Amino acid sequence: MSGSQTEHIVGSSTPRKEGRDKVRGRARYIDDLSFPNMLYGATVRSRIPRGNIKSIQFGAGIAWDEFVVVSAKDIPGKNYIALMENDQPCLAESTVNHPEEAILLLAHSDRHRLPEAVKAISIEYEPLRAVFTIEDSERKDPIIWKADNTFKSFLIEKGNVDSVWAQADYIVEGEYSTGAQEQLYIETNGVIAQFDRDRGITVWGSLQCPYYVHKALMTLCGLPEHKVRVVQTETGGAFGGKEEYPSMIAAHASLLAMKSGRPVKIIYDRGEDMAATTKRHPSRTRHRTAVSKEGKILGGEIELVIDGGAYLTLSPVVLSRATIHAGGPYYWPHVRIRTKAVATNAPPHGAFRGFGAPQALFAMERHMDRIARTVGVSPVEIRRSNFLRPGQTTTTEQVIDEPIDLGNLLDRALKLADYDGKRERFAKENQSGPQKKGVGIAAFLHGAGFTGSGERYLNSVVGVEGSADGGVRILVSSTEFGQGTNTVLCQIAAEALGLPYEEVTIARPDTMEVPNSGPTVASRTAMVVGKLVASAALGLKQTLVAAGMLKEAYTAEEFGAACRSYVSAHGSLRSFARYESPEGIFWDDQKYRGEAYAAFAWAIYVAEVAVDLATYSARVEDFVALQEIGRVMNPVLARGQILGGVAQGIGFALYEKVEWHDGRMANSQMTNYIIPTAADVPPIRVFFDELGNRHGAFGAKGIGELPMDGPAPAIVNAIEDALGIPFDTVPLLPESIFEGVVASRANQTDSLAGVR
Amino acid sequence: MTTNRGSKREISLVVNGERRTVRAYPMERLLDVLREQLSLTGTKEGCGEGECGACSVLLDGELVDSCLIPVAQAEGAQILTIEGVAENSRSNALGEAFLECGGAQCGICTPGMIVAAVHLLDRSSAPTREDIREALSGNLCRCTGYLQILEAVAEAARRTAAR
Repeated sequence: MSGSQTEHIVGSSTPRKEGRDKVRGRARYIDDLSFPNMLYGATVRSRIPRGNIKSIQFGAGIAWDEFVVVSAKDIPGKNYIALMENDQPCLAESTVNHPEEAILLLAHSDRHRLPEAVKAISIEYEPLRAVFTIEDSERKDPIIWKADNTFKSFLIEKGNVDSVWAQADYIVEGEYSTGAQEQLYIETNGVIAQFDRDRGITVWGSLQCPYYVHKALMTLCGLPEHKVRVVQTETGGAFGGKEEYPSMIAAHASLLAMKSGRPVKIIYDRGEDMAATTKRHPSRTRHRTAVSKEGKILGGEIELVIDGGAYLTLSPVVLSRATIHAGGPYYWPHVRIRTKAVATNAPPHGAFRGFGAPQALFAMERHMDRIARTVGVSPVEIRRSNFLRPGQTTTTEQVIDEPIDLGNLLDRALKLADYDGKRERFAKENQSGPQKKGVGIAAFLHGAGFTGSGERYLNSVVGVEGSADGGVRILVSSTEFGQGTNTVLCQIAAEALGLPYEEVTIARPDTMEVPNSGPTVASRTAMVVGKLVASAALGLKQTLVAAGMLKEAYTAEEFGAACRSYVSAHGSLRSFARYESPEGIFWDDQKYRGEAYAAFAWAIYVAEVAVDLATYSARVEDFVALQEIGRVMNPVLARGQILGGVAQGIGFALYEKVEWHDGRMANSQMTNYIIPTAADVPPIRVFFDELGNRHGAFGAKGIGELPMDGPAPAIVNAIEDALGIPFDTVPLLPESIFEGVVASRANQTDSLAGVR
Repeated sequence: MTTNRGSKREISLVVNGERRTVRAYPMERLLDVLREQLSLTGTKEGCGEGECGACSVLLDGELVDSCLIPVAQAEGAQILTIEGVAENSRSNALGEAFLECGGAQCGICTPGMIVAAVHLLDRSSAPTREDIREALSGNLCRCTGYLQILEAVAEAARRTAAR
């Protein structure tokens, strides 16, 4: 019977589709594949941040005739990675704009021969002055990208902010910054490329977005659509780090494969992956806020800048998300938000879980605590009195049209965290001993899906296929990289068709096999692609019913039999669904006004932190993560997304520091770039609220990125609560805490001296 | 690490209970010999410097990072990889518990995690939460935040002890 028996599939913890292969070590990742006659590729990279290439010497002692060598001259099509601006070359020809920029490619059948060959190539440069910080870039001295070093800027104007300053009881100002963060998926970037004159180029790889790579290779290789094929292999973590970068490594392997006529594998080692590929954009945000004596926000100005690195890549889109999230979950009667992405001579910064929102929300949530202290109200009350309410508008004037009650969500989180009890206890305990404890709150939102008109441009298509064996198979380019795409999409199709979960499978993403369901980014898969899967699945059923092979009510066996009959009569059974933008959605790209996202997820996180004043290290001792996410599709997977995101957020806040030396990452090793281990993760207590969402499959909203936004501000707010010292930069390592404590003691001594 | 110095020679080891002889440079990494010569690709490389534990195997019963072991050092030793431990009942219980508890997301650290957990459960049938945390602290995971892995190991220990 369709319906009743299977209603529990969505919302239940069905096992991960590819899980059994993973736990037995049978899942095949790119480096587990090997082709006959295969070569290994390596990349010769720039050692300077900016300059002109004067000469390239191939050193003595290497049998160069055994190597395949590729330079920019070997590119059959256009020498850029097709994405947005097309300013990033695949191989530098005459100038380099960042350390680690690719200049030459080598391939050899023995991979052990490659490191010494790379080392034997010496490149002579004429160095040019470079810029390494947001401030240098803003000074335009020198100009390194187009007219003014600016990739993109946005302006949001709501109301008339110039009118509010005169009425303000307080004007609160603050400046906040966040550092670069490495995605540090445990599987490094890797691909294999194979070229055949008739079939064209095929690339297998660890990647998030097969159709991004497809587009880039068509342009680079000068091949038509049907002569480029991209297949995603099992992918060992991505977090945005395999959104745009795989186009580059795929391009490199393809050039070597085209020149040699042999399959070519390129797998980065950890050092190369960390130094040469994308990271989270560093940011600087300034807030100036007019506040009443009761603690109401009257209006304010927010100015946010992100460092995009040397080429534009996806920086405008990251900036867009930062811009829209900059005002947090609060009501701003008047606001002006000015943002820009600027160029520096570092490797391009790129997609990383959260995509601009963690930077903007760190600033917003630190600033709320600063406002609270200035006005003299608690961090709880300052948030409660400024929360967005249904019927009010966001900074882009999107009306909140769902019954979200952030005050309630806050109360529930505080209770779960025992916030009041802890504050009282810590106030006493902190009076003695070297350990100081504090609690901090972050309230935030995260928009799901592409911004504004983005989903309409993507125009995603998904397919669902009834196969000759009676089973159902989903055809999408949406990829699994740990977050649960395979499982959740199969749950959705099974639920829509009233079939057991086991009857539904999902095709491996392969551009020859699956339609373009859009990139697997922006927390859009369960919500947007999931809704299309449900609709295509229903189309499949309707086809069978219309053909007279299936009744409206059916058993799984009857459905399977109908599929088999249809396929044997007609050859195949497929149903496709295309994205249609919901009616009444308005977005103005020029003014950045309107319905920025089809849905927001909402959250309150509470961190308890202990700071040891002997070692100056901060440690998260307890963490409550409460969020409203529309619908929990799979409780085990949903909790896993939150736990993993919170752990990455703890790393972003307290451990993960990229050491920059003239635009180059100096600590590109796991030994000196520290991520949380099992010993560093506190009890993380995860709770959900479910309001549903009419734009998402079975009420789903996005969930993947949300948990990255809250931990850093909650933790730094807790540290301020513990020490009474405001810190406004992450990562916050022990040396910075030490400096802050010393500076604060010096200030106290100074003011005492003044009194005397 | 330069691993192709010297000349190749025959090296014999017992892998997953079977005697295997390979021709390798003495300083070649055990990890590469397992993956490339013996096609045991369940053992993964994460960092190549002994930080992440993705390449964990058991060498004469000891938990080691196979990226740090020159194959000559493993001569004559008993090596157990994920493919080998996957055959025993303790590892089956671990695998099932990982599936139920959400211990595997992207899966790249999972073989190493399971090998490390087998090593723990071989020594301690009723480990505490702290024992588990300690035993897995040499294995990095970027997806899960670890808690569901720790829960899976505790659950597997409970089930195997109940038998």
